[in-house]
Amino acid sequence: MLAHILRRIVQSLIVMLVVALVSFSLFRFVGDPVSSMVGQETTLADRAEMRDRLGLNDPFIMQFAGFITRAVQGDFGVSYRLQQPVMELILSRLPATLELALVSGIFAFVIGVSLGVYTALNRRGWSSNAIMTVSLIGVSLPTFLIGVLLIWVFAVELQILPSFGRGATVQVTDWWTTGFLTPSGRASLVLPAITLGLYQLTLIMRLVRAEMLEVLRTDYIKFARARGLSNRAVHFGHALKNTMVPVITITGLQLGSIIAFSIITETVFQWPGVGALFINSVRFVDVPVMAAYLMLIALIFVVINLIVDLLYFVIDPRLRVDRASARH
Amino acid sequence: MTDLSHRDQTPPPDAPEKRMRALIRGWDSDLAYSFRTSPMAIIAGIVALVIILAAVLAPWIAPHDPFNPRTLNLMEGFTPPMQPNAFTGNTFLMGTDDQGRDVFSTILYGARISLFVGFASVIFAMVVGISAGLVAGYRGGWVDGLLMRVADVQLTFPSILLALLIFGIARGFIPPAYRETMAIWVLIVAIGLSDWVQYARVVRGATMVEKNKEYVQAARMIGAHPARILLRHILPNVMGPVLVIATIGLALAIIAEATLSFLGVGVPATQPSLGTLIRIGQGFLFSGEWWILAFPAAALLALALSVNLLGDWLRDALNPRLR
Repeated sequence: MLAHILRRIVQSLIVMLVVALVSFSLFRFVGDPVSSMVGQETTLADRAEMRDRLGLNDPFIMQFAGFITRAVQGDFGVSYRLQQPVMELILSRLPATLELALVSGIFAFVIGVSLGVYTALNRRGWSSNAIMTVSLIGVSLPTFLIGVLLIWVFAVELQILPSFGRGATVQVTDWWTTGFLTPSGRASLVLPAITLGLYQLTLIMRLVRAEMLEVLRTDYIKFARARGLSNRAVHFGHALKNTMVPVITITGLQLGSIIAFSIITETVFQWPGVGALFINSVRFVDVPVMAAYLMLIALIFVVINLIVDLLYFVIDPRLRVDRASARH
Repeated sequence: MTDLSHRDQTPPPDAPEKRMRALIRGWDSDLAYSFRTSPMAIIAGIVALVIILAAVLAPWIAPHDPFNPRTLNLMEGFTPPMQPNAFTGNTFLMGTDDQGRDVFSTILYGARISLFVGFASVIFAMVVGISAGLVAGYRGGWVDGLLMRVADVQLTFPSILLALLIFGIARGFIPPAYRETMAIWVLIVAIGLSDWVQYARVVRGATMVEKNKEYVQAARMIGAHPARILLRHILPNVMGPVLVIATIGLALAIIAEATLSFLGVGVPATQPSLGTLIRIGQGFLFSGEWWILAFPAAALLALALSVNLLGDWLRDALNPRLR
């Protein structure tokens, strides 16, 4: 088991190194870093001196090592477009993205599990069929179209929810602002959270339904019924409990997707988060922001995958037993 | 059976009759039977076919040329669908946008670009994925190990995010002068590269099964070149599952293209795809011109949903376990 953990960690490090190499190449080979920093009047001698001082004449491997050292310290340079340190920009926008991801993740998990259990227990009912059909359309709908349609219905026609921005926010620490504490902040969260969570919701719902149907067919459920346990105890005490292991792993893996898909949702709702920042950096070829976002999203994915992989061993005792018996 | 023996006794048929017989055989095949008996597949097939035909024939059937400024009349801007314009009296099936462009025509041309990017990126992903899968499955060893590690890592990222990242990186490396003209090709490569893993995995698995069969050993025995064995003998036998992935992949590629264009980083503004049209339409939602958004959105939805349903049907029809 220790070997397995070590191998996973080494694999994650290699992935991060490759991503760092891509970000570094972006920095180094897209345009000339010197000419993006100096004015037009700078003499050639000054440019050469600056090139030397910045270490651009060093061997590639030294420059790459320097890039990684600075990246680990959170220094990605200054945005070409906004003329602010990249890390500052990302940190100031991270709370908006994390709050949105958190709310939509909870929304997707709670509603998804409930609907999944409901459709599994009432398999033949017309309401289950309706839910399954709607979910099929939900999977085919692109995220941005869901957002646009929600804006149309709830912001334009009914005019009950705001369609853009975060509403009023409250400063909690020097860089953390929250929208949870004001009515307009909470109202602004509703449509983006539904948009972002809908795809994950259908995924979780279908997974819970399939797993639940599988578990309900097993022998120990039959025995539980034969012992005369109530439906409630059989369904929730025995069946749901055993359904949750794969559901939790998949949901964990989906956390990264939620953060990735927030790029789309944030653009639709003009949500001032990291995803919108990234899209603008792609549009204007703002290399430092692109490179930093690339590293950040890779780190998030690698860490989530690592944690889920390790949790597998903690949650599912069968994996540990297998390994242990194989060793003896 | 009697019918069959009767057919064998007839003299060699001439060309039209042979063609007729090939048609009958196609009509009788399992796949065609499964298609005929599935109303969902028929409806999806018709919808997809109509959209594809309309997109291909756009220059001939579109009532206006939306990219020719001379045919545009600014007075006709914001004409609601099926209502005569207040100044010129012209009516438009789906109304016009702010510059007086006929929405129906822009949808036809937009679907053309969406479908082109969709098909091209699926073909690109297929070529990359099938080659990688064939080589990995046939050669094994470190080639296989390396390719599958790359695939594992890539599968942990959602493909739309990958397409976006690849697009952004590639855009960074292209000189500014070529960014607009190259955008559509960069987009195709980005979407294709984000999706090749699916093909590589399936082809690799199937190749590993096929390469131990007798016909492959026979081909190897008579000294056929490995490339010939892979392309002429193994490839045709692993194409079934590839077709299923390609159909579902087409729906995904169309959605990916629409998403990137909606985000404003996809096709250039001079060649609006369905995603671009939806982005433009969203701007007019608050001022009440709903048709500029609604019709492109409906067209994209119909296209993605019908291709998706066709893919689902094909997967079930080709899956022997479900028969």
